[in-house]
Amino acid sequence: MKDFIGVGSSPKRKEDLRFVTGKGQYVADIKRPNMLMGAFLRSPHAHAEITSVDIAEALRMPGVRAIYTGEDMRADEVGGLPVGWAITDRNGEPCKEPLHPAIAVDKVRYVGDAVAFVVAESLEQAEAAAELIEVDYKVLPHVTGLVEALQADAPQIFDDVPGNLCADWEMGDNTAVDAAFENAAHVTSIELVNQRLVGNPMEPRAAIGEYEPERGQYTLWTTSQFPHVVRLLMGEFVLGIPQHRLRVVAPDVGGGFGVKQFHYAEEAVVTWAASKLGGAVKWVAQRSEGFISDAHGRDHVTQAELATDAEGAFLGMRVKTYANMGAYLSTFGPNIPTNLYAPLLSGVYRIPAIYCEVKCAFTNTVPVDAYRGAGRPEATFVVERLVDTAALELGIDKIEIRKRNMIPADAYPYQTPMVVEYDSGDPMACLGRAEELADVAGFAARKAESEAKGLYRGMGVSTYVEACGLAPSRLAIQMGARSGLYESATVRVHPSGAVTILIGTHNHGQGHETTFAQIVSERLGVPFENIDIVCGDTDKVQHGLGTYGSRSLVVGGSALNKAADKVILKGRKIAAHQFEADLEDVLFENGEFSIAGTDKKKSFNEIAGAAYLPYDFPLETLEPGLEEQAYYDPVNFTYPGGAHICEVEINPDTGIVTLDRYTAVDDVGTIINPMIVEGQLQGGIVQGVGQALFEHCVYDDASGQLLSGSFMDYCMPRADNIPHLVIEPLSTSCAHTPLGVKGCGECGTIGSPAAVINGVVDALRHIGVRHVDMPASPNRIWNIIRKTRTRVAAE
Amino acid sequence: MRSFDYQKPTTIEDALSVLSGEDAMVLAGGMTLLPSMKQRLISCETLVDLSAVPGLSGIAREGDRLAIGAMTRHADVAASDLVKETIPGLAALAAHIGDQQVRHRGTIGGSISNNDPAADYPAALVALGAEVETSTRIIPAEAFFTGMFETALEPGEIVTRVLFPVPDMAGYGKFASPASRYALAGVFVAKTGDVVRAAVTGAGPCVFRAPDIEEALNGSFTPEALERITLDGTEILSDMHADRDYRMNLVVVMARKAVETALKLAG
Repeated sequence: MKDFIGVGSSPKRKEDLRFVTGKGQYVADIKRPNMLMGAFLRSPHAHAEITSVDIAEALRMPGVRAIYTGEDMRADEVGGLPVGWAITDRNGEPCKEPLHPAIAVDKVRYVGDAVAFVVAESLEQAEAAAELIEVDYKVLPHVTGLVEALQADAPQIFDDVPGNLCADWEMGDNTAVDAAFENAAHVTSIELVNQRLVGNPMEPRAAIGEYEPERGQYTLWTTSQFPHVVRLLMGEFVLGIPQHRLRVVAPDVGGGFGVKQFHYAEEAVVTWAASKLGGAVKWVAQRSEGFISDAHGRDHVTQAELATDAEGAFLGMRVKTYANMGAYLSTFGPNIPTNLYAPLLSGVYRIPAIYCEVKCAFTNTVPVDAYRGAGRPEATFVVERLVDTAALELGIDKIEIRKRNMIPADAYPYQTPMVVEYDSGDPMACLGRAEELADVAGFAARKAESEAKGLYRGMGVSTYVEACGLAPSRLAIQMGARSGLYESATVRVHPSGAVTILIGTHNHGQGHETTFAQIVSERLGVPFENIDIVCGDTDKVQHGLGTYGSRSLVVGGSALNKAADKVILKGRKIAAHQFEADLEDVLFENGEFSIAGTDKKKSFNEIAGAAYLPYDFPLETLEPGLEEQAYYDPVNFTYPGGAHICEVEINPDTGIVTLDRYTAVDDVGTIINPMIVEGQLQGGIVQGVGQALFEHCVYDDASGQLLSGSFMDYCMPRADNIPHLVIEPLSTSCAHTPLGVKGCGECGTIGSPAAVINGVVDALRHIGVRHVDMPASPNRIWNIIRKTRTRVAAE
Repeated sequence: MRSFDYQKPTTIEDALSVLSGEDAMVLAGGMTLLPSMKQRLISCETLVDLSAVPGLSGIAREGDRLAIGAMTRHADVAASDLVKETIPGLAALAAHIGDQQVRHRGTIGGSISNNDPAADYPAALVALGAEVETSTRIIPAEAFFTGMFETALEPGEIVTRVLFPVPDMAGYGKFASPASRYALAGVFVAKTGDVVRAAVTGAGPCVFRAPDIEEALNGSFTPEALERITLDGTEILSDMHADRDYRMNLVVVMARKAVETALKLAG
């Protein structure tokens, strides 16, 4: 029995006391001496030339200190916002990467593009002045739809990007796929839309820039998932600030979901404005401002085909996707619908040949980038809708066709035709367990009950696999990443034996302060409550790539584990000196150093104390202190996966879809804290259900305006939309991470949209419905039912 | 939000006096006003908070009518035994306005004075044939609601009470927008003697009576009476949440639900 809280237990989260008592310190809570407030004037037009900006009247308003335009920043040689992960097109050419100024110069390219930044003594004064800036626009034709943007007569958004085409990209063996289709007994074709979403973390974005001229020191407090990367991108590429002079702090952050893993214009603008004014400048997004300035997610249009033999064995897959980049490339923009999408098209299935082409288009919309799942929910949706449709067309049960084609557990490691090699997994076991838990056998009776009430019931199945734990630097840099994707951790043991962990990932709701403490408690035997975590401050934490792509535990946790190894080794050296023994004879177990076969032992605390009282250390071979740092670069992605089964009930009178049952069996590898993992899975599933049933970011094609610009029109999932979620882990250990972990942050969001939509289509199958696009809103479902009935009646 | 003067009068006379000044606005529950001010869509010189004026809130039976004070919160209407005994359909409507926070701040007077085309109360007032008592006069509900966010109120005039005749039975059917939870279509039906009145909210630019529904229900006050009804769709809105055909369908489906509720509440 362990006397400490280690791996596999669920202590209450360390961070929650300050969060639930309102004592968290978010960027908006931070006040600096003589801090000024900033407000952006944003473009009301989707596409327009800026012919003049008159700030004279606004500048005369009380309290106004400065008003900056894009022209001011250009004159000061401020650079454009860089892309962190570019891609190479099918001809080996780099993707188009047009200049992305922090404040628009000459032209605005989407509703919400920043036009001017007002700095005043109060927010009220800044907002009032912003209204008095007179901008003359020459409105240009615009395009918001991504397929329309690639048509020959579409308005040109950049002079140096012909046809609005950012990249024409491909992966896979086209010839092999053609051959597979020629030999197929059956081909299933689908067309689908993966709609645009808005991430909407609970805390809107915010930033404070500060400049101390006497020290030449810059500080940026920002709502970021990756402060060190912001320091690199903003410091080196945008503002030209040497990294040792720029401190970036991401304090408590209220949710990210990807939205906060980009370097945003506002961060650069407040820091630059602070340097001009010699003080601190703060900006906090309104919720409505977030809708038109936070990077959006998804937004694909896809045609896909699956070739099978007569028994439903998969022979080949062909996928053609159009992906919306928005008006500029966001930090990871072009990487998401390509490198994080196509490699997952094999799903958990043996598919001998796959080919995918992706056309990335610029449009007059908010830039699109990673949003929880990022490419992988889109891939899963394609695969699982194809498989379900093939089952229907071939008359094979939907679970049976999946089992026939699944990669068996003994075939791992499994090399897919799309670059990635799955190291571990057992999708068959996940699906089998999900069938039991979901009581698939009882579905027919429940369907009959629903029918008696005039309701349509459907059951939806989805399996998934994802590539996460971003990322092996070797692969990532090959794929266009402009940085490594390792992680770093420091374990600082204090003389008392208490521990401070400094880690480069960022905690914004995931419970890192708890999970990482459990790992170190397990490894060093230090009581859980004596371990604290520091993250999110580039002046405190050595280095880091941040939190996204389910990487924190996989990559950061591995670095931490490696640093703990080093601490143990150092402790054994100190113990060997004290015991006058050989290093090889010193054991470390359950927080105690001992010599095998003797009663000599020292507690971890004694050795920690000794490390800082080195009165007789042989200083040539043994340094004082007990603090170790490690960098960890993964050898492969990790591949969590699983099977989700749900049931929906549809009221044909109103079109409303009610999610009635939901079962998820997920393989996330070794679990450190079961409660936190369940919470991550719940949140992920609900976010995916949000995409399937509720969320829709809609632009008005005619005006280019964002129609769903507030929660009055953008529908988030709520507690009363969600049934009890049956969640059970079924773990296989990751073959290459030292802790066996795979990551769990994105699983739910990846597995659930296809499960729900497959359930909706199943419920409507009897009237002839074959596909439903997301979100399956009441309006859409009612119209589909009506139109399908009319069509079927006519046939 | 733009800066403004905040006044909290303690008599109705003082309230009316402040309101007669330049660019003054009433703060009742503030559930629409305050968000609009924060978004800088609305601003005023003086905001007059009515919450300290005595006599503006409360629920009482007055002869054959139920009187609800303008500053009565939705939650209080929903919880009132008197409302549940006399017009249970009205209590049920109030119980589903907005969300819990809105129901504990929002007021009946504020809601009807704002006349949001998707608000719930206007349907009840029109279907029940209520009268709106103001600081200067009494206005029949049908004449009070004049258009989208428009009412018959004159500048400086405030609602003091709403007077509801007590029907034999009444019920409300609401299909809430999944996003805003305002009515995409809400239908209130009330039967008094042989007369049925039905009013629709959420589906048009302003609450309206539905003669087709009333006629069908006058013949037979049952959900089945509405099975084959077709509506005149001229006033029906179409937007990203509900196109016109869908909304017309919802009006009929919600009218059926309203009748079911009315019958159920009447026992």
